[in-house]
Amino acid sequence: MLKSVTDLANPTRFLAFTAKALPVLVGLTLALFAVGLYGALVLAPPDYQQGETVKIMFIHVPAAWLSMFTYGLMTVSALGTLVWRHPLADVAARAAAPIGAAFTFLALVTGSLWGKPMWGTWWIWDARLTSVLILFIMYLGLLALWRTVEEPTRAAKLAAILILVGSVNLPIIKFSVDWWNTLHQPASVFRMDGPTIDGSMLWPLLVMALAFTALMLTLHLMAMRNEILRRRVRSLGLAAAGGVA
Amino acid sequence: MSALTALFLRDMRLAVRIGGGAMMGVLFFLIVVTVFPFAVGPDLNLLSRIGPAVLWLGALLASLLGLDRLFEADRDDGALDLLVMSGRPLELVVVVKCLAHWTATGLPLVLATPFFALFLALEPKAILATMATLAVGTPALTLLGAIGAGLTVSLRRGGLLLAILVLPFTIPVLIFGVSAAGAAAVEGASFLTPFLLLSAMSLACLALAPFAAAAALRAGLD
Repeated sequence: MLKSVTDLANPTRFLAFTAKALPVLVGLTLALFAVGLYGALVLAPPDYQQGETVKIMFIHVPAAWLSMFTYGLMTVSALGTLVWRHPLADVAARAAAPIGAAFTFLALVTGSLWGKPMWGTWWIWDARLTSVLILFIMYLGLLALWRTVEEPTRAAKLAAILILVGSVNLPIIKFSVDWWNTLHQPASVFRMDGPTIDGSMLWPLLVMALAFTALMLTLHLMAMRNEILRRRVRSLGLAAAGGVA
Repeated sequence: MSALTALFLRDMRLAVRIGGGAMMGVLFFLIVVTVFPFAVGPDLNLLSRIGPAVLWLGALLASLLGLDRLFEADRDDGALDLLVMSGRPLELVVVVKCLAHWTATGLPLVLATPFFALFLALEPKAILATMATLAVGTPALTLLGAIGAGLTVSLRRGGLLLAILVLPFTIPVLIFGVSAAGAAAVEGASFLTPFLLLSAMSLACLALAPFAAAAALRAGLD
């Protein structure tokens, strides 16, 4: 196992491996979305209080989970860059950032659309919403940092440090609904005393979460491949410009 | 005289001499406080209610102002390389430079607060509370800013990026600073709880931020 992981550190082997793995992942993503969307939009009953608007949950909750999962993945990648100097760690972090920003944006927008009919307001400055907004701003700040530093290895280290500093936000988001009295509801799926959602809504939600995760992994591998190729093009271009082929 | 004391005195001298810009922050602070009543209207009751928040925002923006020069000037003239090679831990060098920067730019903000607070019709109690929270909170702003300054030291025109990177992290400091300063104006609100949390944040920044800033400096230099 360890051998195969270290083998993948070689970008060429990584490209060969992902070329085989990606079709499987794409198929898995499509199948999960088909089952999840059918379960969420057709089979799951409307809520007795919220009516059909509860279906926003099947997009909103997985997107919010993925926004944090992606940042967690970037945190591990940042450790990989700084501690183990893994050649693919920075590629992984760099490729994950736009995807994480997109999921965070999706969570904010769907939450806003859900909040208008349920809470009567598009936005409220409560702890959960604010901490997720800060997560979104940090994703954009990281992207800005990557776009500003020209030299890739220096950008990798600087971004890794900022990712680690920013990871203090993750527990704040997770526990914001417990630490402060907020309008946003507390956790209802991962609880010590079991989920408080009815089974008819829980299974489509979990399938949708898996589908979002599979989608994230698919997009991430694709973006990593593109990033590797982009760096090869860059070094080839530099070599050509320098006259050393 | 130890090398770190010498570094502190050198940074202080550079800050107060021509081109140092130590007083620029206070001037900016004054302008922010002056501009605010034009935006919200000169209603003294309203101003005295939002006064602590205005002063905190002004101080936050003013403390961001000079941060891009924290390491940049030393990098331009090569002093930063000497500091890295001096054999002193870079983390301690960062702490000393932050201390000098705060003494030159943060402390004047705290001392100017009571005068600017008069423009905002603050009660004496609220003025004292705002001063106390700024005195305790602005070091955290400087230390957090040092991380951003370290990250952007090798960039041309890194000042704007620094503000984008640092501001999200200053939000908790702002929250507890304003709630402690505002509590003094409201009967029954607790001043001590947010004030202690604010102090804890400053101490945590003092313990952790120098490591991140030093790591960023090393990454930016090689």
